[in-house]
Amino acid sequence: MRKSANERRLTAQRLVALFLLGCALFNYPVLSLFNHPAQLLGIPLLYAYLFGAWVALIALIAWAVERGSD
Amino acid sequence: MAQGWILLLASLIYLGILFAIAYWADRRSDAGRSVIDHPTIYALSLGVYCTTWTFYGSVGRAAATGIGFLPIYLGPTLMFALGWFVLRKIVRVAKANRITSIADFVASRYGKSQLLGGLVTVIAVVGVIPYIALQLKAVSNSFTVLAGGPDLVTARAAAAPMLQDSAFYVAIVLAAFTILFGTRHLDATERHEGMVAAIAFESVVKLLAFFVVGLYVTYGVFDGFGDIFGRAAEIPRLAKLAVARDTAASYGSWAALTFLSMLSVMLLPRQFQIAVVENVNESHVARSVWLFPLYLLLINVFVLPIAVGGLMQFPGGVDADTFVLTVPLARGQEAIALLVFIGGLSAATGMVIVETIALSTMVCNDLVMPLLLRWKALGLDRRPDLSGLLLEIRRWAIAVILMLGYAYFRAAGEAYALVAIGLISFAAVAQFAPAVFGGLYWKDGTREGALAGLSAGFLVWAYTLLLPSFAKSGWLPSDFMGGPFGLELLRPQQLFGLAGLDEISHSLFWSLLANIACYVGFSLRRSPDAREAGQAAVFVGTGDARAGVLQWGGGAPVAELLPLAGRFIGPERAREAFARYARSRGVRDVDALPADAGLVHFAESLLAGAIGSASARVMVASVVEEAPPDLDAIMNILDEASQVRAHSREIEQKSRELEAATAELRAANERLRELDRMKDDFISTVSHELRTPLTSIRAFSEMLFEDPRIDLEERKRFLGIIVHETERLTRLINQILDLAKLESGRAEWTSGDVNLVEVVRESCESLSQLYRDKGVALTVALPDQGPIVQADRDRLMQVMINLLSNAVKFVAPETGRVRVDAEVEHAGVRVTVADNGPGIPPEDQEAIFEKFRQGGSVLTDKPVGTGLGLPISRQIVEYFGGRLWVESRAGAGAAFIFTLPLGEAGDTSE
Repeated sequence: MRKSANERRLTAQRLVALFLLGCALFNYPVLSLFNHPAQLLGIPLLYAYLFGAWVALIALIAWAVERGSD
Repeated sequence: MAQGWILLLASLIYLGILFAIAYWADRRSDAGRSVIDHPTIYALSLGVYCTTWTFYGSVGRAAATGIGFLPIYLGPTLMFALGWFVLRKIVRVAKANRITSIADFVASRYGKSQLLGGLVTVIAVVGVIPYIALQLKAVSNSFTVLAGGPDLVTARAAAAPMLQDSAFYVAIVLAAFTILFGTRHLDATERHEGMVAAIAFESVVKLLAFFVVGLYVTYGVFDGFGDIFGRAAEIPRLAKLAVARDTAASYGSWAALTFLSMLSVMLLPRQFQIAVVENVNESHVARSVWLFPLYLLLINVFVLPIAVGGLMQFPGGVDADTFVLTVPLARGQEAIALLVFIGGLSAATGMVIVETIALSTMVCNDLVMPLLLRWKALGLDRRPDLSGLLLEIRRWAIAVILMLGYAYFRAAGEAYALVAIGLISFAAVAQFAPAVFGGLYWKDGTREGALAGLSAGFLVWAYTLLLPSFAKSGWLPSDFMGGPFGLELLRPQQLFGLAGLDEISHSLFWSLLANIACYVGFSLRRSPDAREAGQAAVFVGTGDARAGVLQWGGGAPVAELLPLAGRFIGPERAREAFARYARSRGVRDVDALPADAGLVHFAESLLAGAIGSASARVMVASVVEEAPPDLDAIMNILDEASQVRAHSREIEQKSRELEAATAELRAANERLRELDRMKDDFISTVSHELRTPLTSIRAFSEMLFEDPRIDLEERKRFLGIIVHETERLTRLINQILDLAKLESGRAEWTSGDVNLVEVVRESCESLSQLYRDKGVALTVALPDQGPIVQADRDRLMQVMINLLSNAVKFVAPETGRVRVDAEVEHAGVRVTVADNGPGIPPEDQEAIFEKFRQGGSVLTDKPVGTGLGLPISRQIVEYFGGRLWVESRAGAGAAFIFTLPLGEAGDTSE
């Protein structure tokens, strides 16, 4: 788990950036872009978008914290 | 339908398993092999966030609002992205200060104020009670559904007699279980390893149960996601669920719920308990920042399919909060329904256990104990062991909290869906946000600020959310909703005429506005006093322990502190803790510990683990002769904290510089080794060069000495060789000495105005005989007016003679030609000695300026010089600020060129 101060700073900044990204993805107006009665592969578009973005965000957060920690 | 006794048996078996896990984990922990010391277990135990709200309520919410259930889980995902530093900072501070609850945290931050701890406790208890009611409602609903069928839920008489109400028994069983579970012994650090292990297990159970029912509904009842949504799209009422209402208010409430859940996931007493107090290792936080959101995601995947599936299954009449049970039940899948029941039970027990344990700790440490200790008539200050009393208070607190939950359920539970009840609690704990996060990052928050902010936020919350929930269920007169005394401006859910927001956003806005305004406003009325500043240093700064120590102006002897600690945590454990502390300070015996502020601080933090920081401070103060704390020293530490950060940046900078310097040193070292090798080479070459003429001299001398019959002619020839070799030897030694002098900088230089043309001409004349002997043509092209340079005349002569004699050595006899010319350039004079000899290949053009390196192959050609002339010449030219180099192509002759700067005297004298 030992990281140099520089790496820690970088990790912290990545996480803040991901937080801001998440705030943007999960709110108006981005949300309204997907708020149609359309379907993606049989799944409502909004629902598919939210879960897709959620998975992507979690993956990125995992990448940010686990990188170089092992 | 399942028999009631089967459900009861299953529940008891499940609770028994939980108990066994907790017992096993406690034993492992005592043996030093903690099972919860793993980041995955930590992340799973955080899953206590998912209660029956998630398990039953999300589906109900989804059935009403489509994706409206999701912000409650997106918020924590966002918060945990920041958790890597926010949560870790809280954990670090809490560990350093032995914080046992969120009330303790706030009280400790603002100068260990008992009043503040009490206020936070009251808010937490009042705020969380609806949430506990939610669990009771969900479990009793699930029980009723399983035992009596879905129709019963809707037809259920709201006012069943208490003794026939399953929720009442659920509350009693949960209270008994929690008391058994969480208050078996008093832990100095308030950590419950067994509980955490059981909670992690429960997280797995509820996720599995939800997955099973989700898979069953999606793939058993229907034919996959596409089928469910495809069919739903054809029913207009259900098609609406696929999209959110496209209005500003809808997006606003979405954002408000996200924000609310961001705060709640940190501030709910049970989340604080699991994430902070029960944290074994700070580094576990790193893994949880993505694993916990992943858990939330997984448990939500099937929510919408179940909701939509349920709505299609039951076109009307069945409470959507029970779909996870009723859908499998309606199809005769009783096993799945039973599993779901167990899953819901695990969600409820997890929440209730942790929440009530956290609340009971707060009630005991921050509410009851301070009051009892002040109540002199009880004589508590004379009782030798209070640890039993502490446990007793906690047990009662658990029972009372659960009964209050039941009371709320009876009063208001029927009027709301599960999620709506939970959100009321979320809004209550959100009131802690300014005091907690402000306290972590803002140094100037004061006790009054926190008190005012919390009170204002709490009152506004109660007025806009809690009381209306009573009014809606008929517990308060319904005209309350129209505003007190008919004042429309004060209508609880349209305060000051603010309409258009949903009730949660409305309450959140007004309460946090009041809260933050009061917190900041009152904090800025005065600067923090010594105690607040000291705690600010500990919380905001780097957690410098000195700030804690400095708050004690005086000391107290072990003889007073040890019994004091013993009264609360038990005499034996206190003695052990003091002995450990003595060892850590290098003192052999407990009684030999010096009675200083450090010891007092230790005793205080030991007590804080048992009775909370505020009470601990009061208790310790009763035996310490208190001198006023040193405000200046504390302020210095505060400043130091920022200086330390600056220093650490400086140190980083320095270490980078050091690395660069090390690299330079390594290069220098390499160079030195190279030079050392060169010196060895030099010495061996010199010896070799000296030996050649010496051998020759010795050989001829011996011949002359041993053979007297050599005729005169021969003798003369031998002696000629000997003289010649001696001359060479002398020249060699002279040059070596010369070079040594030049290199060491001890050569004697006489600098003056020198006419370069004269020097060149003179050198050519002195060597003209040699050229003539060898038949080499020497052409000299010199300007009439000689340029004047600042140099040593003899040394320049030496350079010229060396270049000229080199040239004549290397050209062929008879056909050789050497040309010398000098010309004045812009800033200096340039002299060229060019020949038509064999030339020097490019790779040798620098080598010939090294010592003992000669033109041509060393192996095939006989050496024709000492190999020191060119190095010496270059040293001389460079000494006078010029340059000496060679331009040549193999087979096309070589031109040795040197330049010298024009002397200043030369510019002015002419």
